[in-house]
Amino acid sequence: MHQALKRGPSFPPAVIVRPAGLRKRWLAVGAFAVLVALVAGVSLGPVSLPPGSVAIELLNLLPGVRLDSGLTEREIAIVTELRLPRVVLGLLVGGLLALAGGAYQGVFRNPLADPYLLGVAAGAGLAVTVVLTLGVGSGGALSGLPVTIPLAAFVGSLGAVTMTYLLGAAGGRSRSPATLILAGVAVSAFLSAGQTYLLQRHAESIQAVYSWLLGRLATAGWQDVRLVLPYFLVTSLVVLLHRRELDVLSVGDDEAGSLGLHPQRSRYLLIAAASLGTAAAVSASGLIGFVGIIVPHTVRLLAGSSYRVILPLSLLFGGAFLALTDVVARTVAAPQEIPIGVVTALLGGPFFVLVLRTARRVLT
Amino acid sequence: MIPTPPGPGTGTEAAKIGAPPAVEVRDLHVRLDGVPILTGVDLTVAAGEWVTVIGPNGAGKSTLLRAVGGLLPAPDAVRIFGTPLGALRRRERARVVATVAQSPVVPPGMAVLDYVLLGRTPYIPPLGRESAADLAVVDEVLGRLDLIDFRTRELATLSGGERQRVFLARALAQGATLLLLDEPTSALDIGHQQEVLELVDRLRGQHGLTVLATMHDLSIAGEYADRMVLLAAGRVAAAGPPREVLTEQLLSRHYRAHVKVIPTPHGPLVLPTRPGRHP
Ligand SMILES: Nc1ncnc2c1ncn2[C@@H]1O[C@H](COP(=O)(O)OP(=O)(O)OP(=O)(O)O)[C@@H](O)[C@H]1O
Ligand SMILES: [Mg+2]
Repeated sequence: MHQALKRGPSFPPAVIVRPAGLRKRWLAVGAFAVLVALVAGVSLGPVSLPPGSVAIELLNLLPGVRLDSGLTEREIAIVTELRLPRVVLGLLVGGLLALAGGAYQGVFRNPLADPYLLGVAAGAGLAVTVVLTLGVGSGGALSGLPVTIPLAAFVGSLGAVTMTYLLGAAGGRSRSPATLILAGVAVSAFLSAGQTYLLQRHAESIQAVYSWLLGRLATAGWQDVRLVLPYFLVTSLVVLLHRRELDVLSVGDDEAGSLGLHPQRSRYLLIAAASLGTAAAVSASGLIGFVGIIVPHTVRLLAGSSYRVILPLSLLFGGAFLALTDVVARTVAAPQEIPIGVVTALLGGPFFVLVLRTARRVLT
Repeated sequence: MIPTPPGPGTGTEAAKIGAPPAVEVRDLHVRLDGVPILTGVDLTVAAGEWVTVIGPNGAGKSTLLRAVGGLLPAPDAVRIFGTPLGALRRRERARVVATVAQSPVVPPGMAVLDYVLLGRTPYIPPLGRESAADLAVVDEVLGRLDLIDFRTRELATLSGGERQRVFLARALAQGATLLLLDEPTSALDIGHQQEVLELVDRLRGQHGLTVLATMHDLSIAGEYADRMVLLAAGRVAAAGPPREVLTEQLLSRHYRAHVKVIPTPHGPLVLPTRPGRHP
């Protein structure tokens, strides 16, 4: 100390240490993972296509590029109309879930938070069950509309989060993030009970409901991508713009407040954005578990614990992970498809244990 | 305005020419969860002054500092350099007032450098990143506080005293003119305690900082403060220069403590004595 004082304030430290932040190297790795997922997802399937030709076809989608890939008309159609939309949907949904999970973990300062924490899953589950059971009960009239189930899932998700918010906010000024989590638990239990009751009464729809609950990437062409894309853009914009604030929030609300932030306001804005994105993801692809926990924690362990690192990389790796998982889901038992939620959970279960073991070291 | 008493480093030119005081608290009432904590507190800290709030546990010292720092809803009762707290935007306020809380949260996995860099938050544009100037300020503060070697260490792995210096570094990096220090040296050894307080006092002289602190070590508190405020049960029980506040009578009444106060050239020395022994 004496020495430090004597050298004076202008004395430069011998070694330059860079502050936490997203390194270009990691960003490049993330972008590369997305490209690999894109090419692999489009090449692999019942008809395998050479990855090189697929990459060329993908380049052809860029404006002004015209290259010969050697693929037939039909194969090109498989690439652009069947597989590409599905891979892109996987990238969007996986990215959204991982991003929302990372944001929730930051907002609640809880490493176990996932995007379904505030009742999204239970809300969507109940709404979809209502549509499927009533739809089946009334001769399929209701479930025949293709938009009904995504719409129901979307409305159900947001309805549940709103309920959680209203319940958690009932505590008034002093409400803490933990209150909101507990409200989410209460709302989820309540809605799941309703769903169980409905399923008991309409056993014939159990299979349809469960196949939706386990999640799958839709194959309806570009339609789903177009539905999810606006939410993807809004959510990632809001969350990524707050990545530095999440780092500040990690030192506590008082400190964040005295550093010039509005902790409560940022928190609710982030919750709203993450929930909206999750609802959009759920409406397109059902309840895909674990992505929201696996991906942010892997990034945290490998690339750093700053949210300026976790959030952008979660977006990239989450997308790549889900798109690749979808390849597994649709090829392992081809021509049948395994629900993608089963694959992510099979990988996610063991991983979760690993994270818990390392988290104990990091967190205490 | 309360006239500032003579004392070391009390060159409060601003106060003399009638500039607004750094802190002006008028009839502050704070209720937390319906419990009245502060009941009508008045406090003035002139620009450039060092005022230390003392008082027994639970007297409301931390609550007072939080209110002055704008963390409690009391927008009308507190003025900072003449501006009511409620009229300041948060980012503006953060450039003027820096706080070291009594027990700040230690975020898991965050390195010391990154923690201290958080002090630059009010200067980093919402969509931007830290500038070279921000990093230079951080390096300078780390150097002053003897923390250069800790830059890459995880904050959670530091000892209590090392952490306390990091908390102070974060507040200094904020570049604020008013420092609110809630027991900034409670975990420091006697050497670091002196060094940190000397540093704060020197910065106060060099940069015209104002310090509002709380401390439990009364002798040391008296040595560094221009004035002291004794808070008891949510009210100001006494205020004035250390020799007027650190009296056996006031301390035994409000702390229910047995002490001897020995006047020395450095200020009053407060010596705890065992009741019933050496009468
Ligand atoms: N949210 C709250 N609800 C009710 N009482 C509270 C709340 N927060 C603090 N208090 C009470 O307010 C009183 C003053 O607390 P404060 O932290 O300001 O004391 P302090 O003077 O800083 O004490 P110490 O010397 O122990 O740090 C204490 O009795 C405390 O229990
Ligand atoms: Mg206190």
